[in-house]
Amino acid sequence: MPDSDTLAFEDRPTNSVGLVTPNVAKFDTPLPLACGKVLPEYELIYETYGTLNAERSNAILICHALSGHHHAAGYHSQEDRKPGWWDAHIGPGKAIDTNRFFVVSLNNLGGCHGSTGPVSHNPDTGRQWGPDFPMVTVSDWVASQARLADQLGIERWAAAVGGSLGGMQVLEWTMTYPDRVSNAVVIAATPRLSAQNIAFNEVARQAIRSDPDFFDGWYAEHDTVPKRGLKLARMVGHITYLSEDAMGSKFGRDLRSNDLNFGFGVEFQVESYLRYQGDTFSTAFDANTYLLMTKALDYFDPASTQGGDLANALAPAQCPFLIVSFTTDWRFPPPRSRELVDALTRAGKPVSYANIDSPHGHDAFLLPEPRYEAVFGAFMNRAARELNLAHPDAEETP
Amino acid sequence: MMRADLELIYDWVPEGAHVLDLACGDGVLLEALAQHKGVTGYGLEIDHDGITGCVARGVNVIEHNLDDGLGSFCDNSYDQVIMTQALQALRRPDKMLDEMLRVAEEGIITFPNFAYWRHRIHLGLRGYMPVSKSLPHAWYDTPNIHLSTFNDFEHLCREKGMVIVDRAVGVGDHRGHWTSRLWPNLFGEIAIFRVRRR
Repeated sequence: MPDSDTLAFEDRPTNSVGLVTPNVAKFDTPLPLACGKVLPEYELIYETYGTLNAERSNAILICHALSGHHHAAGYHSQEDRKPGWWDAHIGPGKAIDTNRFFVVSLNNLGGCHGSTGPVSHNPDTGRQWGPDFPMVTVSDWVASQARLADQLGIERWAAAVGGSLGGMQVLEWTMTYPDRVSNAVVIAATPRLSAQNIAFNEVARQAIRSDPDFFDGWYAEHDTVPKRGLKLARMVGHITYLSEDAMGSKFGRDLRSNDLNFGFGVEFQVESYLRYQGDTFSTAFDANTYLLMTKALDYFDPASTQGGDLANALAPAQCPFLIVSFTTDWRFPPPRSRELVDALTRAGKPVSYANIDSPHGHDAFLLPEPRYEAVFGAFMNRAARELNLAHPDAEETP
Repeated sequence: MMRADLELIYDWVPEGAHVLDLACGDGVLLEALAQHKGVTGYGLEIDHDGITGCVARGVNVIEHNLDDGLGSFCDNSYDQVIMTQALQALRRPDKMLDEMLRVAEEGIITFPNFAYWRHRIHLGLRGYMPVSKSLPHAWYDTPNIHLSTFNDFEHLCREKGMVIVDRAVGVGDHRGHWTSRLWPNLFGEIAIFRVRRR
């Protein structure tokens, strides 16, 4: 997540969802996975914001990206220094307006923030799952999310919304459960990774797997963490999340001290920043989870089952789509979103597309930006209107 | 209340047609066509407020610069392609006409008629570049880089072997007065054409 200018709890604005407490949903029906294995039982940690209406028609599903989790908005405690990762867009009066919508945000299977994943206990062996945790895919996640919806009594999402890898889950929802999604918002995503995307992921994986502390994924049993590998993986990843311009304007060629010291310590500000990002991440994220999530990204390719025809793959989809990209995003650049838009128009699906000017690269999807908020908010408001969800500020909807 | 040229176009679009609206603005035409005539399709726009307006109305809109062509749309994938008040702002209006009639069999085009009598007075008598309701910009900041007239457009259609199915004029907020129907190139402020490939 970016180090945006986010506010601590005591400085929170009035349009914050405030203090939130995660819930855990338990599932004991085995979940068959794309890899052929079966997850006998599992838990999903999730948060909700807003109130589910009597008709259960106002629920929004938030799908998270590579390093995301269930904590999308609000604060866990009064001591929190920053809110959830998508607080810019979820809250009263924001694009996803919690005055009218009930928001569900979960941590995906294989995650390391409370849902069943590599750091969880494996009931078959009595030890941590570790590297034995089965490979999960976007379609597995969506299947598990559908079961969460069942448990919450939500038959149909008012919208499924996600950025980056989250956007891929939204796409999967529209193809697998078309009658369970009324609207789809796919932001800064792509219908499939490019060779370059996969290459970056592979560098990240190699960084982790070649760390002597990795122990083939059994690092927990050696009481260690492959911190150096995770740090490198995050540094490489982070470069792809920012634009050249954003990096240039933030750091330029600024030095930490006035003189060159002709060594390999930290000299340029950008080095210091990347090391800091990497260090923070390496203690907060699980290496096995990172490996799994990058593979889920690599494997996602709905067109592959249709001889490469994305429009055919999207044929089952029924809902209106909003596709958003950002001009300086070079991880999943605008042409990737446009590819998706063109497939949707070829398939005759309702779709709108906005390419937002932003200097922030891929990370722009997480940040506030007036035009992004306007078009996102307009789509969500129209969705609310069509679902006859009352606007809190209006006596009646026109 | 729709712009006069849009009202006329509204009548020219058949029930249930699949259309592409180039430079669709805030989507009023597509919204009316969808609501009352069961028309489906997409608007293309680059103006940010226009795009947000379409999304708010529930009109499908795709951010797209028309100067990039219509390469992402397949041959004969639409019944009609509509382009209102954008021809004159394109880098190559002639190529766009080809593109429109590649994607659909029929196109509807509107543009400000540079030979309108008020424009002629501006230029011919007063010696200034025309500024009017249909050409509101000064010469130095106008997006209109390829101004033309009824006669010019008809000439181009003939050269391209396109068939002019319908021709109409718009003057201000009303449909053309009888004088403009008789002498469109002089009295028509806005040119409205419906063309087909031969």
